[in-house]
Amino acid sequence: MTMSREEMEQMVKAWLQTVEQITRSEGLPVVPDEKTADPLWVDVRELRLKYLIPIKRVKKFFDGLKEGKVYATRCPVKNIYYFPPQADCPVCMDENLEWVEVSGRGQLLTYTVIQVKPASYMHYPDYVIAIARMDEGFNILCWMAVEDPATLKVGMHVKLVVKRREPEGFLTYYLEPA
Amino acid sequence: MREVAVVGVGQSKFGRISDMTLAELAWQAVKQALQDAGITQKDVEMVSFSNVGGWSSEPLPAIAVNEYSGVSGVGTYRVEAACASGSAALATAHSLVASGAVDIALAVGVEKMTEVPTPMAVELIGRSGNYFWEFSQFGLTFPGYYALYATAYMNEHSATEEDLASVAVKNHYYASYNENASFQKRITVEDVLKSKYVAWPLKLYDCSPITDGAAAVVLASEDAARKLTDTPVWIRGIGYASDTSNLSKRPNFLSLRAAREAAQKAYKKSGIDPSRPHRQIDVAEVHDCFTIAEIIAYEDLGFAPRGGGHVLAREGETYKGGLIAVNLDGGLKAKGHPIGATGVSMAAEITKQLRQQVRGERQADIVKGAGLAHNVGGTGHYAYVSVFSLKKS
Ligand SMILES: [Zn+2]
Repeated sequence: MTMSREEMEQMVKAWLQTVEQITRSEGLPVVPDEKTADPLWVDVRELRLKYLIPIKRVKKFFDGLKEGKVYATRCPVKNIYYFPPQADCPVCMDENLEWVEVSGRGQLLTYTVIQVKPASYMHYPDYVIAIARMDEGFNILCWMAVEDPATLKVGMHVKLVVKRREPEGFLTYYLEPA
Repeated sequence: MREVAVVGVGQSKFGRISDMTLAELAWQAVKQALQDAGITQKDVEMVSFSNVGGWSSEPLPAIAVNEYSGVSGVGTYRVEAACASGSAALATAHSLVASGAVDIALAVGVEKMTEVPTPMAVELIGRSGNYFWEFSQFGLTFPGYYALYATAYMNEHSATEEDLASVAVKNHYYASYNENASFQKRITVEDVLKSKYVAWPLKLYDCSPITDGAAAVVLASEDAARKLTDTPVWIRGIGYASDTSNLSKRPNFLSLRAAREAAQKAYKKSGIDPSRPHRQIDVAEVHDCFTIAEIIAYEDLGFAPRGGGHVLAREGETYKGGLIAVNLDGGLKAKGHPIGATGVSMAAEITKQLRQQVRGERQADIVKGAGLAHNVGGTGHYAYVSVFSLKKS
């Protein structure tokens, strides 16, 4: 099921109005449970939760997206790749990691099609999540841009591309059949 | 370290429990556990509390439940190990008693998942992986995580959607005899195959439901246990392990590394031969949040060789009378999966099985006197395997 953000907001708004009417007429924000009809108190408080996440120490990764590049970090001592990129090497206890551009070539390890979506993803059509083993030896998990998921096969060659995610318009990375 | 026994168990009805608050629901299980142990609140020295929350309104659920249950005042804390939180509560309570810190501890698990609409519950469970890199940008869901394992497993071992369905059919069959189970209705392979895809290749009937429920167990030291009961169920060993937050950092999607390691540790602690554990165990509770998870669990626990889990399921070897009886309470799949309550509920179920207090069709034949609980948190992010026995080590 897909529902635009506007439609969702409309639905929530309509429901809140119903609750408000009930509260006005009955003196209590109490509604029947949709399945059992048991009385439920509709919380009069609401949380709107949006996190502010620091990215300073891996900012190069996000700068890379703007240039159409995907970066990983690598420990120059142990030659360990880190993806998602991180700033610290827990093996060496050091922060001397170097930025390396990902080759972008890999093989599909596994995938799924998300049909039942989380609340904050309801506005997208069904989406394919895939994990690929990149030529460098580490894995990347992201959406797979593909017309027909039935054409996907474990083991097939894939490539990594940077694209905007709509409708939000932020830059992110996708796998595509190679 | 001292020997520790389960001396009391309690379990609420699982399902959409819209007529009770979190505390009222937990009390259902706590009351039974205290009565079953023959103790009162003043005998409890520590409450080890499991609840994941987010979907329920109380931010300090341990405190709210303890007050409601009349055990306010004792030492307490809340643990989080995702869907294995209940086993984490059991393991920490076990350590407290084994170390001599306390003689009697209560482990409580409760989850009230239906205080938010279903899409919000889907959202909150989906966030239980790596939030920034895997949820926030790519919208994984709990079925989605396991679907990634299912695709890889089915491709590698030529397992079919019918094989997966056979797990759901078995667990619904046993749930039909369990009055506390969410689902009381038996289903067929066709029912599963006809159900809608949730995260391809997993369908609705491959998935455990969003569930409310509670469970509680009383743990006692050997001296305390001897005074309380003639049938203590000894905790012979608990193995635990964990894995990466990012799924992408796992070497493959065929097995849960953490569960495998937890099993090896539990077997070592409890003197079980890891090459044939089913020869020493009568009954197992395994973490079947999805049908694929039960199949992989058979392999991670050593009941089947690598790639043999789906064959065990297909051939019905995990029904009573087969190689080993698995999830005779209906499992997470059909009994339900109230996240924080599940591990405690598994301990309660195995205790009842070993005491032979389960009614009728779903009572296992207790010959060897031992049972096992396999409890996985997240998508193999956490794992706990516990071995219970009528015999002390
Ligand atoms: Zn290093």
